[in-house]
Amino acid sequence: MEAVTEKRGREILLQGNEAVAEGALAAGCRFFAGYPITPATEISEVLSVKLPELDGTFIQMEDEIASMGAIIGASLAGVKSMTATSGPGFSLMQENIGFACMAEVPCVVVNVMRGGPSTGLPTFPSQGDVMQARWGTHGDHPIVVLTPATVRGCFDITVMAFNFSEKYRTPVIVLIDEVVGHMREKILLPPTEEVRVFDRIQPTVPPEWYIPYEDNATGVPPMGIFGSGYRYHVTGLTHDVRGFPTQRPDEIDPFMRRLFRKIVQHFGDLQVGEAFLIEDAQIAVIAYGAVARSAKRAVKEARARGIRAGLFQLVTLWPFMRKAVEGIASQARVLIVPEMNLGQISREVKRVNEGKASVVTLNRVDGDLITPDEILEKIMEASR
Amino acid sequence: MKESGRLIYKYLRHDKKFPHVWCPGCGIGILLGGLIRAIDRLGYEKDEVVLVSGIGCTGRLPVYVDFNTLHTTHGRAVTFATGVKLANPNLKVIVVMGDGDAVAIGGNHFIHAARRNIDLTAIIMNNAVYGMTGGQTSPTTPYGMKTTTAVYRNVEHAFRISELAVTAGAVFVGRGTVYHARLLDQLIEKALVKPGFGVVEVVGHCHTQYGKLNRLGSAVDMMRMQKGDAVTVEKASKLAPEALEGKVIIGVLMDKELPVYQEQYEKVRARAKGTVLVEDQ
Ligand SMILES: Cc1ncc(C[n+]2csc(CCOP(=O)(O)OP(=O)(O)O)c2C)c(N)n1
Ligand code: SF4
Ligand SMILES: [Mg+2]
Repeated sequence: MEAVTEKRGREILLQGNEAVAEGALAAGCRFFAGYPITPATEISEVLSVKLPELDGTFIQMEDEIASMGAIIGASLAGVKSMTATSGPGFSLMQENIGFACMAEVPCVVVNVMRGGPSTGLPTFPSQGDVMQARWGTHGDHPIVVLTPATVRGCFDITVMAFNFSEKYRTPVIVLIDEVVGHMREKILLPPTEEVRVFDRIQPTVPPEWYIPYEDNATGVPPMGIFGSGYRYHVTGLTHDVRGFPTQRPDEIDPFMRRLFRKIVQHFGDLQVGEAFLIEDAQIAVIAYGAVARSAKRAVKEARARGIRAGLFQLVTLWPFMRKAVEGIASQARVLIVPEMNLGQISREVKRVNEGKASVVTLNRVDGDLITPDEILEKIMEASR
Repeated sequence: MKESGRLIYKYLRHDKKFPHVWCPGCGIGILLGGLIRAIDRLGYEKDEVVLVSGIGCTGRLPVYVDFNTLHTTHGRAVTFATGVKLANPNLKVIVVMGDGDAVAIGGNHFIHAARRNIDLTAIIMNNAVYGMTGGQTSPTTPYGMKTTTAVYRNVEHAFRISELAVTAGAVFVGRGTVYHARLLDQLIEKALVKPGFGVVEVVGHCHTQYGKLNRLGSAVDMMRMQKGDAVTVEKASKLAPEALEGKVIIGVLMDKELPVYQEQYEKVRARAKGTVLVEDQ
C-alpha cells in the first residue's frame, strides 16, 4: 500500500463506507448498480449523489442479481463499474461474479460483512464471508479479494481494487467488516491527480485482426469495448480464443490455465500486506480488517512488556499471501490468528505453516469485535 | 434468394463454426431472419448494435451474428443489457430471450425494465417449453399440456407474455408468430425504432420436444396451428371474449409515448449539478 506522506489533499471526517465511495470515484468508477442492504447502504447513498454530478450513472436495481448483471454490462461498454452489498446480497451475486471471471470483465464488488448465515446479524460485524469470497461462485476460478482495516484503507483499497480489476480483467472483491464500514476517522484524501489509476488495455490492431481471448505474455488479452469497432462474442460458456463456445479439450485446457496464470503470474503485484514490528517477532499475529487494529494495540502493549510480538496485516486475502506467511512462520515460534469467524484464514495459515510454528486461533462469532486485551492475553500465554 | 445471400454474407459470422445448434425446422431461425432484415432495413451499423441473450436454445442466437454479442446467464440478459445501454446510450441494445428466460427466472428483471422504460428492445421466443434442457414445463406451457416434468399434464396456468409486458408498462408490445413471418419483420422493426422498452413476443414451436410429447405433429403442422389460432388485434376487438378462448392475438398490442429512462436520468444529473429544472420551480 502506498502511503501518502505529504500533507496535501483534503482532510475530512469520513466513514469507511463513504471512503469506499470516494475511492471508487477517484479510481474512475462512473457506474454503480446496487440494492439497499445494511451495513453497506451508505456506499449506494453517497454514489447516488456524486455519480450524477460527474455525468456518471447510479441505478438502484430490483435485486443484487440484477445489480451484478448491470455492472458487467456497463463495464463491457467501457465504463468502470461497481456494486456494494452485504452477505445475503453477496450470495445472490455469485452466479454473475462467475460470469465476470469467465468472460474476464473488470468490475468491483464490495461486501460489507455482517453476521450470518442467512439474514444473520444485520448490524453486527463479522468476517464470515472470507471463504465465500474465495469460492462462492461455482467452478474452478481464480479471484482477487482485498480487505481494509482503516477508513483511509477503504479509500486506498477501493482504488487498488479497480486497478487490479482493470489490469487483470477480473472481478475484484473488497471485503469490509461492519466495524470498518461504519467507523469514522479523520483522514487525508489525496488530491485526485496523485491517485494512481490504471485503465484496461484496449486492442490497437485493426479490428479484423483482433482475437479477443488470445494469450500473451501477461495472460491478459486486450479488451475490446462494445461500440468501439471491435465486434466479438462474450459468453459465460467455456470459449475458444475468439470467444466462441468450445467443447474441445485442447481449447478448454489452455483457456482454464490462462485464467489462473494471469493471476498466479502476478502474485508479486497482487499480494499486499502491512508488517508491524515483525522483523524480530517471536510471536506473530496474523490478522485482517478491524481485528488487525485490535492486534496492533495488543502488539504494542506486548512490546511494552518486553515481549517480541509483531503483526502482519493481510490486505490481500486471496490469492492467499503464502510467501509472506511462510517467511513469518519460519522465523516466529507462535502464530496467532484472531478472526471474527470460526477459523477461515487460520486454515490457510496452518496450510502454509506446515508445522513450522505453532498456530493459535482466536475466534469470536458473537457479533462483537475481538478486543486488544483478548489478543494480548493470547500473546502473553504464548510467551510463557 | 439473392437478397438473403447478401444478408447472410453481411451479417452472419464467417469465422464461427457452423452448423448451428438448432433442430431442423425450429422457428428460432425465422426469428433470426426477421431480426437481421429489420436491422438491415433500418441501416444500423454493425458496430452500434449490441445483441444480448440469456440461456436456452433462443439464447444461442447472438453467437451467429456479426454484432457486439453478449450471451449472459439464464434470465439475466435484461440486467446486462441495462448496464450496456446506460453506459453507452448511443448503442442499439437488443435482448433475445426464451420464455423461461424472460418470464420464469428473469421475470422480475423483465417487468422492472418495462417499468423503468429503459431503451431496449426485448424479443421473446415463446415456444411454451424449456427447449434447451429437454422439454420441461415453462410459465407459458398451456394448462393441460404435457412436458417432461408434467407427464401427468400441466395443472398451472400460463402467463401471457405480451399482456404482462403491457401491464408492466412497456411502451411498445407486439405479438407475432413464426408462421406470420412478414408481420414479425414489421413488429421487430417497429420495436427497434420505438424509444423505450419495446417487446416483441414471437409465438414459436418446439416440435422436437413439446410437439412430440403432445402429438402435435411436425414443425409444419405446428406452424399451421399458429396460423389457425391467430386472430389479429383488429379482428379481436370485434369479437366477444368467449370467441377468443384459445386464440392468439397478433399485431400491435401497445404503442404509447413515455419519456425513456436515460432522458429522465439527465434530469437527475442536472439537479445534481445544481440546475433548477422548470418542473422543480
Ligand atoms: C440458473 C440456471 N438454472 C437453470 C439452467 C438450465 N437451463 C438452461 S436453458 C433453460 C430453460 C430454457 O428455456 P427457455 O428460456 O424457454 O429457452 P428455449 O430453450 O426454450 O429457447 C434452463 C432451465 C441454467 N442454465 N441456469
Ligand atoms: S429443442 Fe426445440 S426450441 Fe430448441 S432448437 Fe430444437 S426445436 Fe428449437
Ligand atoms: Mg422456451
